[in-house]
Amino acid sequence: MSYSVLDKRMSVSDIVGRLESGMTIGIGGWGARQKPMALIREIVKSDLKDLTIVSYGGCDVGMLASAGKIKKLVFSFVSLDAIPLEAHFRRARSAGEFEVMEIDEGMFQLGLKAAAQNLDFLPCVAGLGTDVMTYNPDIKTIKSPYSDDHYVAMPAIQLDVALCHVSEADQCGNSHIGGPDMFFDEWFCRAAKTSYLTCERIVETSAFNDDHKILRMPIERSLVSGIAEVPFGAHPTSSGPEYGFDVPHLKAYSSTAKEGWEGYVSEFVEAEDYVSKVGGADHIRSLPLPAF
Amino acid sequence: MTEYSLAELCITAASEIFRDETPEVFATLIGTLPKLAGYVAKETFLPGMMMSDGIYYLAAEPVHVGKRSVDYVVKKEGRIGYERVFTIVAKGNRHAFVGPVQVDQYGQMNLSCIGDYAAPKVTMLGVRGLPGNTVNNRTSMFFANHNKRALVAGEVDMVSGAGYNPTRYPNGKYPRGLDHRQIITNLCILDFEGSNHKIRVRSLHPGVSFEEVQDNTGFDLVRPDNIPETAPPTDEQLAIISKYDPNNMRSYIFKDNPPVRRAS
Repeated sequence: MSYSVLDKRMSVSDIVGRLESGMTIGIGGWGARQKPMALIREIVKSDLKDLTIVSYGGCDVGMLASAGKIKKLVFSFVSLDAIPLEAHFRRARSAGEFEVMEIDEGMFQLGLKAAAQNLDFLPCVAGLGTDVMTYNPDIKTIKSPYSDDHYVAMPAIQLDVALCHVSEADQCGNSHIGGPDMFFDEWFCRAAKTSYLTCERIVETSAFNDDHKILRMPIERSLVSGIAEVPFGAHPTSSGPEYGFDVPHLKAYSSTAKEGWEGYVSEFVEAEDYVSKVGGADHIRSLPLPAF
Repeated sequence: MTEYSLAELCITAASEIFRDETPEVFATLIGTLPKLAGYVAKETFLPGMMMSDGIYYLAAEPVHVGKRSVDYVVKKEGRIGYERVFTIVAKGNRHAFVGPVQVDQYGQMNLSCIGDYAAPKVTMLGVRGLPGNTVNNRTSMFFANHNKRALVAGEVDMVSGAGYNPTRYPNGKYPRGLDHRQIITNLCILDFEGSNHKIRVRSLHPGVSFEEVQDNTGFDLVRPDNIPETAPPTDEQLAIISKYDPNNMRSYIFKDNPPVRRAS
């Protein structure tokens, strides 16, 4: 069989149908940027539960928290960037609704990179001297075999599945991230048994026969089991360079943390036509890219 | 004499944290005051300082704070995505100027939560990069409200950033990169130059006494025999601040944007 007949296209509900309760799921992107939100909304609507979520967190974590999907959260922060603190996460965390593994953001990437290389751990200095070690007694330190230094032995973060949002993909699973920072999507995919991507559009493989585009293709197709075409699938987070995050929408979403989450779900998560519901394609395209 | 606000005094005083820096240090500046302080340093004595645009690019010149006009374009000189930032953090040539919620006698910082860890009374951001910053990079801090809720007794609620507390390290040995520099507050400048890195009053803002600072601090401060007054901004420094803060975001650093007190 030639690779050119590979066809990994599927729907968002097909992808979420492949997930199981109790899984450890890594979510790409960062804060309010480049999050696979169409998949998150589909998970919110599903019967899935008891998930371990691994994320440089934004409203992906907040929505899954308020939907009661999280058993354990592996995180360094949860933030909406323009809105520094994530209201849904704060409410759920302060209510003790899930277990946490709270680690430095550099430790986090090393955990993914260890899993990506079939290593038990990778060493680092980050974490020493902090309560990261107190509250994660399973994270051990190790003496260097070469000097008297002690390091944190950051354990591999093994993922069952990684979920990411990219700009373009072909039906084989090749993909291109158009936003400036590709974040750690590559390492989520490498740490996972398999990965599913949403993309702004499906393109012909020949679209990637481009020396500039190739520099922004960190995820090779063998890492990917499924691709779903979802225009504006990262909204209300950004998908550079095409649209920024939707601050008014994020503010409205944040205001439902204490009261009104069910209303947000019925109005937006369960919307028949999400893009129209949030203001239409032209509105999303006009959202400015983040600037700080 | 030139008029200046408490915010402007603190910005220019804070620029001094970079005085002994390496010529091409990567400075991470979180918030209006740290940004403007870094910009003053870059424009007056540290032209090689590297900084990001806050998103992805190395900025060839300081990026305006606050809302930018639609035609404002960041001048880029390279890229500095998060993966590269983490690599620089681990290697060490970086000065992080951050705004934690609490700090304690050891210079340990909290950005995570307050209260019972399993169900915190207040959930904040999370430890973010503080564990890595503090054991690998030079670290300075800013507190807009110098009081005992921020500069706490004992230890901070959740030690997110490491400090000079030997009981927390294997064999009691500090990591090579642990290097806390200064704490800038609305009352004074503190440093870690007491014996065994104890926190010391470095300068007092005009009209502030050591007793007032100590009364608002949850731990004992080292009191040198002579404590200088925090140096006033120069006209050149004030001009740099205005240039990069055209919308006067610095007027929001402190509540009601107070003037500097008159020296008593």
